Amino acid sequence: MSDRTDNGAASEEKDSWDLFQGSGRPPRSPLWLATRRFRRNRLAMTGLALLAVMVLGSLGGLAWNEVARARGRPEPYRHQMTGEHPKPPSLSPFHPFGTDPLGRDLLARTLIGGCTSLGVGLSAAVVSVLIGTLWGTTAGYIGRGVDTVMMRIVDVMYGLPYMLVIILLLVLFAEQPTWLRVVVLFMAIGSVSWLTMARVVRGQVLSLREAEFIQSARAIGSGPVRTIVKELLPNVTGTILVCATLTVPLAILQESFLSFLGLGVPPPLASWGTLASDAVEALNPVEAYWWLLVFPCACLGATLLGLNFVGDGLRDAFDPRSR
Amino acid sequence: MLHYIVRRILYFIPTLLVIYTVAFLLMRAAPGSPFIQEKGMPEEILEARRAQYYVDRPLYQYSRFAWDLVSLRGMKSIRYPKRNVVHDILAPAVPVSLSLGICALGLAVVIGTAAGVLSAAKPRTLIDYTAMTGAMIGVSQPSFVIATVLMGAFAFMVQWLPVGGWGSPKQLVLPALALSALPAAYIARLVRTGMLEILSADFVRTARSKGLTERRVLLDHALRNAWLPVLGYLGPAAASIFMGSFTIEKIFAIPGVGQHFVDSALHRDHPMILATVLLYAVLLVVFNLLVDVGYAWLDPRIRYE
Repeated sequence: MSDRTDNGAASEEKDSWDLFQGSGRPPRSPLWLATRRFRRNRLAMTGLALLAVMVLGSLGGLAWNEVARARGRPEPYRHQMTGEHPKPPSLSPFHPFGTDPLGRDLLARTLIGGCTSLGVGLSAAVVSVLIGTLWGTTAGYIGRGVDTVMMRIVDVMYGLPYMLVIILLLVLFAEQPTWLRVVVLFMAIGSVSWLTMARVVRGQVLSLREAEFIQSARAIGSGPVRTIVKELLPNVTGTILVCATLTVPLAILQESFLSFLGLGVPPPLASWGTLASDAVEALNPVEAYWWLLVFPCACLGATLLGLNFVGDGLRDAFDPRSR
Repeated sequence: MLHYIVRRILYFIPTLLVIYTVAFLLMRAAPGSPFIQEKGMPEEILEARRAQYYVDRPLYQYSRFAWDLVSLRGMKSIRYPKRNVVHDILAPAVPVSLSLGICALGLAVVIGTAAGVLSAAKPRTLIDYTAMTGAMIGVSQPSFVIATVLMGAFAFMVQWLPVGGWGSPKQLVLPALALSALPAAYIARLVRTGMLEILSADFVRTARSKGLTERRVLLDHALRNAWLPVLGYLGPAAASIFMGSFTIEKIFAIPGVGQHFVDSALHRDHPMILATVLLYAVLLVVFNLLVDVGYAWLDPRIRYE
């Protein structure tokens, strides 16, 4: 009798295992499913490819300049050639993007500019992920008074014209060496880009906080930090990723905006923003130096398009309704 | 509803106070002095100038500037020696920026909504692809580049519109268009996504099956629902238009607030910084209130108590 029961239990267990096996494959993790959906999205993959080209090109440009410096030659992005400039694009001498009014190779400048602009975008994304996520989860998870105070702070910072913050920060470091000013520019743009992230993450945390799996985690004695890290954050990852991807183009545009006001990276360093704004200044109805505007703006546009495609693709991939 | 509006307006006071305080602290923390151009001045005159703006008495400066701003009395700008009362300088600039901003916002809403509805009504057609490509260009170029290209095309190549300046409606077209590009692109994408989602909803099928024309289904039933996210975006859109207006006003030589905002920060013109920051904050706060009221009006499910 007892034998039989044991057998029965065993076979039942085996059956359910078979059933599980029979479904063809082990259950897919949400991340795996999202990745698959993303890879099937042609537009998103195009965006990713576009982005990869821009990143690799910019890094290649950086390497090009480093090699030139290591060999004791002037770095191409700041090397001023003699003669009449700007010159339109030509293959011999090798200036496929032409030269700028100071006789510097525009290709090298565009690639270096890519490093700066992508760096601005990346640092804004990193800052917004770090601060925004921390802020949003803390406010959403603790709730009540803490939530109110923290979100009021975010509201006030929304109301404060961020230009003022950035301008004052940049002015504060105006006398410092170039690298420090670039870092400050990165941080300044990052420091205003985390607000949206904080709001979005808080909203997600608020809606998940009372979910059953969080309650059960708490019931088995998981502390707040563990609950947040182990249970909450994995469920907010998709939202954070999408928000971070869409932060990058905004940060890059903000940098170009600052460049136009003369607050961008200090010369001779370049960014796509400074290149575009220099080109706009150099443009005149008598002589159209079109290449000065077209190439940096094309790179900027391609990058921002790529980022927007990837962001949209990620949103579709992580959206549970699109399954 | 009235109760809610009154409470929100009362809420403005602490918000604006905090914004004022933060701006004041940042302003004091920034190095450099507003009197830097007066290096050659004798020490006594510099001293008198500093006393005139209460530079050495931060707490008094804090409260005095606030009172001057609120009472709309003559707070003096540091940079402009002659016509130097802040309110007098800003008074002619505010309506200029405001009308440019409102035009740009209106244009963004109209263009964005039209493009979004058209592309959602005929998805995966030439109309859809054209509209979405336009939207993509809008989000992928800085506004000063768009402004320059527009100016080059419509003011130099085909000379339909003036290059810049302010006063006639014709001069408003290009700057408003350039300024509205980014928000219009966002709105177009929001509307398209929302419409596509809603067009597959049950109530749209009901509307179609009871024989409504496609036009009424799209505009009365679908758009009214798909437009809600746009309303939520209008607050950030207004902020972005405000920021963008600095560059656009510069390019088109428009005498708006933007120039004062940037110049005052660059030159540490403390009274002017505070005035422009507060002006901006007030506009944003009021506009956000209007957006929230609009929400309740458009979506009967939303109730403010």
